[in-house]
Amino acid sequence: MKVLVPVKRVIDYNVKVRVKADGSGVDLANVKMSMNPFDEIAVEEAIRLKEKGVATEVVVVSIGVKQAQETLRNALAMGADRAILIEATDNVHVDIEPLAVAKLLAAVVKEEAPGVVLCGKQAIDNDMNATGQMLAALLGWSQATFASEIAIEGDKARVTREVDGGLQTISVKLPSIITVDLRLNEPRYASLPNIMKAKAKPLATKTPADYGVDISPRLSVVKTVEPAGRKAGVKVGSVDELIRKLKDEAGVI
Amino acid sequence: MDFGLTEEQRMIVETTRAFVEEELYPHEQRVERTGVLPLELIREIQAKAIAAGLYAANMPVEVGGAGLDTLSWLLYEKELGRANYALHWTCVARPSNILLAGNAEQRERYLMPCIRGETWDCLAMTEPGAGSDLRGMKASARAEGGDWVLNGTKHFISHADLAGFAIVFMATGEEETPRGPKKLITAFFVDKGTPGFTVREGYRNVSHRGYTNSVLEFDDCRVPAENVLGEVHKGFEVANSWLGATRLQVASTCLGRAERALALAVAYAAERKQFGQQIGKFQGVSFKLADMALELKAAELLTREAAWKYDQGTVTDGDMAMAKLKATEVLAMVADEAIQIHGGMGLMDELPLERIWRDARVERIWEGTSEIQRHIISRELLRAVGG
Repeated sequence: MKVLVPVKRVIDYNVKVRVKADGSGVDLANVKMSMNPFDEIAVEEAIRLKEKGVATEVVVVSIGVKQAQETLRNALAMGADRAILIEATDNVHVDIEPLAVAKLLAAVVKEEAPGVVLCGKQAIDNDMNATGQMLAALLGWSQATFASEIAIEGDKARVTREVDGGLQTISVKLPSIITVDLRLNEPRYASLPNIMKAKAKPLATKTPADYGVDISPRLSVVKTVEPAGRKAGVKVGSVDELIRKLKDEAGVI
Repeated sequence: MDFGLTEEQRMIVETTRAFVEEELYPHEQRVERTGVLPLELIREIQAKAIAAGLYAANMPVEVGGAGLDTLSWLLYEKELGRANYALHWTCVARPSNILLAGNAEQRERYLMPCIRGETWDCLAMTEPGAGSDLRGMKASARAEGGDWVLNGTKHFISHADLAGFAIVFMATGEEETPRGPKKLITAFFVDKGTPGFTVREGYRNVSHRGYTNSVLEFDDCRVPAENVLGEVHKGFEVANSWLGATRLQVASTCLGRAERALALAVAYAAERKQFGQQIGKFQGVSFKLADMALELKAAELLTREAAWKYDQGTVTDGDMAMAKLKATEVLAMVADEAIQIHGGMGLMDELPLERIWRDARVERIWEGTSEIQRHIISRELLRAVGG
């Protein structure tokens, strides 16, 4: 069984994000970019499936600027076998919308015919949480979102989902789209010998036109603002005062 | 001229830094406070380092290393160098290059167990009476019935307590030269437990807590002829051909720690407020930051250039001396100023600055003092004009 893992190049989670002066978005010039952490978890899971003998090949795909090649090399250095880069823009500030990404992925899925697509549940830049679900709808495949445990059993996958207030275990028919959550696994370090080997692994470069997909935007960003700064706290003199404030001012007890 | 890093080099930096921050930093304070690196902790981190392919990555591919070019290797050293020395040296060991000088049997017996993480090597040159002037060594070996018999004392021998064996340099004779008699040196492998070989606890010192040094004593210690590394009387030649880049290794580990200290100082200057504004807005602080960044960059470029020349085969002793000298002195300056910017807090061991400052001190002494490096640089200048 082949496993397809889409990976997105996003602003590194350690970077202190700055909003551009014109409010059109976040400043991405000269900031550290990395693989979306949820996608990293998906890559790790795919490699583990291969190590268990469940998967035969792990293919990673990224859609975005040509620098996303670095993100793909990272996935190859972790242990993926092959990569596809779909160069959809040359502007680092252009975000390809979930529907366009899902359509491109649907086209890749038709070509590659994977048994399962493992996606991050969302990308940490825009937090849309939409691509996996849209992809399942476009393909008419089953979907299991927010996975914290995955077991492939014959032509089915048993997936434990992180839902509000607990865990839910479902069984989905393969082929399926599974989106992964934080607690599924801990991604490995790309090992030094594998980093050196990653260069020799195949990386195909495509464009949206190759798949006949229109990626023109359907959404427009009205405004981007920084979250309001946290207000300074107050010191209370006694437990009684604390209780009174919690009751009367905060209204939490 | 290309100053950029390749995709692989960037990944090497990222993966090594992630490992250092996640697996080494959390243990630093314990090692610093107790001065002890427990064996069970070594084993735990070592297993992770082996899994990540970081262990012994300085070695060529054919013996199980990562086969890195010199710059890539030094970038890896720089990231490791950010952490407490005992932790990175012991748990993510880089066996000495000199082990590659061994014959097939010696490689199997000494090099491979070091690469597999089963033991560690140590190098014994320095003596109480022979530091920078190594040829002045008194410890000696004499041939006797097909064996060699070793006598004398070595000190300041790093991590000899952990090592399973030592590579020991001994005087084995003297030759006449136009400048007077010169000692001939031979390198020997000596296994721990060889009768007549004792490892004694060394000195407690200011830098690198948890990283020990020992005193090695040889009292009619007999080793077979097959334990000679390289050729008899050619110990210096072996050391010179295989240990050339260790000064660049020192430079790189210093750059890593200086970068860490600078990052702490910058963050603090942006966050700390006094007299109603960020202290980084005061010129007294901002100019310090600028000078720290400037000096650090200069040191880094010197090291990178020497690394590049090393791979081209055009590096000189002076190039490596310049890189080592600059990086170690910059570390001392950056660490000192980072503490100054932090004020009293910089001296507390909750922050890594006080130890980076202490650790900086040894770097200007070991692997050739700053004065020896200056001597090497000037000797190269003078020789070019017949001096």
